[in-house]
Amino acid sequence: MSNSDNSKVEVRIPTILRPYTGGAKLVSAQGSTLRDVISDLDASHTGLAERLLDGGALRRFINLYVNDEDVRFIGGLDLVLKDGDSITILPAVAGGC
Amino acid sequence: MVLHISAQLVAQIWDEAEAVHPDEACGVIAGTIGSDLPTRHIPMVNAAHSPTFYEFESADLLRLYREFDDRDEEPVVIYHSHTSTEAHPSRTDIAYAAEPGAHYVLVSTREEIASRSEFRSFRIVDGVVTEEEVVLI
Repeated sequence: MSNSDNSKVEVRIPTILRPYTGGAKLVSAQGSTLRDVISDLDASHTGLAERLLDGGALRRFINLYVNDEDVRFIGGLDLVLKDGDSITILPAVAGGC
Repeated sequence: MVLHISAQLVAQIWDEAEAVHPDEACGVIAGTIGSDLPTRHIPMVNAAHSPTFYEFESADLLRLYREFDDRDEEPVVIYHSHTSTEAHPSRTDIAYAAEPGAHYVLVSTREEIASRSEFRSFRIVDGVVTEEEVVLI
């Protein structure tokens, strides 16, 4: 099950990015790493990767979680995924004067 | 567009902003999805602990949105305080605004003005800011 070349995962899409998924809140994707999954998402939902990545790195104000862990603390985009992993995308709530 | 909000919730936002001053305070008022009515106040820790910036802590943010899912809620109001400038969205606020359906409330706790005198609400959609009326209910 684990470390397969193409793990199947579920991705929760935040409201602001649902125009890319035809309104869907939950979509399926596959890939060996988080980076692969984002590529796969972009293949089905063109433009989504651009909203998540900047120059190949995760945008500062996008939070990505795998099984409720912020990926910044557990391996980032190179994190190897397992079948059934649950990914959540949430834009940061932030600002400043 | 109008924000309808109870005087009690307005007072709670002010209490939070004054308690956290001189850092920026931040939080959410949740309501049932589609109701456009803010009912449940959730003050959030400003992870930046800064007078010029606010950010919900990453784990808190996830917990918050899980709660929304479980309770069929959404963030009806997202608020924060400006502690030395007017209660108007800054360029940073506009760049990060990611809830086109939310009322973005700003309050100012700067010392040059009367206390609790600037409470304003805005829509921020695709980088465009529109101020709206605030009606107490």
